[in-house]
Amino acid sequence: MKKFNIPHNFEFTSIITLYAQWIREGKLKVNSDWNRDLKIKFTLQDPCNIVRKTWGELMADDLRFVIKTIVGEENFVDMIPCGTNNFCCGGGGGALQAGLPEQRRAYGKVKFDQIIKTGANYVFAPCHNCHGQMEDIGEFYGGNYHVVHIWTIMCLAMGVLGENERAYLGPDLAKVGL
Amino acid sequence: MTSPIELDELYCDFKESVQASIPEANLDLCLTCGACTGGCPASELLDMDPRKLVRMVLLGMDDEVRKTPWAWVCTMCARCFKACPMKINIPKLVYSVRRSWPRDKAPKGIRGSCDQHIRAGNAMGVPSKDFIWVVEDVAEEIQENDPKFKDLKVTVDRKGAHLVINQNSREPVTEPDELGPLWKILHMVEADWTYPSVMWAGENYCLFLADEEGWKYILEEFVYHIDNNLGAKVVVNTE
Repeated sequence: MKKFNIPHNFEFTSIITLYAQWIREGKLKVNSDWNRDLKIKFTLQDPCNIVRKTWGELMADDLRFVIKTIVGEENFVDMIPCGTNNFCCGGGGGALQAGLPEQRRAYGKVKFDQIIKTGANYVFAPCHNCHGQMEDIGEFYGGNYHVVHIWTIMCLAMGVLGENERAYLGPDLAKVGL
Repeated sequence: MTSPIELDELYCDFKESVQASIPEANLDLCLTCGACTGGCPASELLDMDPRKLVRMVLLGMDDEVRKTPWAWVCTMCARCFKACPMKINIPKLVYSVRRSWPRDKAPKGIRGSCDQHIRAGNAMGVPSKDFIWVVEDVAEEIQENDPKFKDLKVTVDRKGAHLVINQNSREPVTEPDELGPLWKILHMVEADWTYPSVMWAGENYCLFLADEEGWKYILEEFVYHIDNNLGAKVVVNTE
């Protein structure tokens, strides 16, 4: 909009900002009790588009606030580097559909290695490009992590995740909270 | 015998066109330090890297620059831009390279998704009525099967809703069950929200294609719909 000078009467926000706001306001009653004994480890891919390229550290902080709330601070492991200095997953900018899979996967190897080093079983990917790319490189390079949306784990933590809403969960979480 | 490059005789048309459309790109300031390249996962792929691309532009290697498929391997993630001590906007340079490609030579997948978005309002080309049908069907299933959500409200084009939510078309089209968790969260916080039926999808392949006409058209249609038909105060991009 800014680019094309299109006047508009609304503002843009991200669902992540709202998740964080709702948790802080007490509207979203969610905690990490479900994972206290399970101790399942999570990491996060900071999507370049909403972090480095748009909302910067504010978004990086909100993401971590939301995720630590729902999985427990002790069960969250950051990749290095991360936040505004993260590596792109290699699927962005249309790369997933650019018809250059060999190069896209070579690019994604950097991300794959980062994920493996965290030792996490689950990667949050609050972006569809990241989600698709990290699933693909996980399969291609033989990682055994799962890629999830925040909304899935948020609902799991609140005990409202349906049986048919678990396509991205591994066997360790398939029945939790049912 | 190798002779030094005569800088005064260089024809740098591509550079000039980039500088004209993106004055803040600062291409001339490159120190060749390589901070961009050192931190770029796309470095060396297809024998190219960000520093090399900038150098080629500055040396007037316009044909090579315009033709490099690396422009589609680079994701314009802006890590190079952030690292650059001279604030050279390499992602925008790459965007300009993409833009210089004839539309019919650009990657088919990206072009196809952009075309579908212009035509149908989402990259997967699903008609709005099918989107609405899927949304209503999934909502009904949740209301019927889960007593906690028997009052779940999911609407499309509800006038006066505070929030308008953009949903990536992948969910309604290929994995409709994934819509449920977000709706449940919205229900639990009593959010006042709706989906738009016009340009409803969150993705934007025309941006990736550097098709500015298409991109602008999508935004204009979207803004018109929100401001004139719905009146929402906030537009929310989802995960």
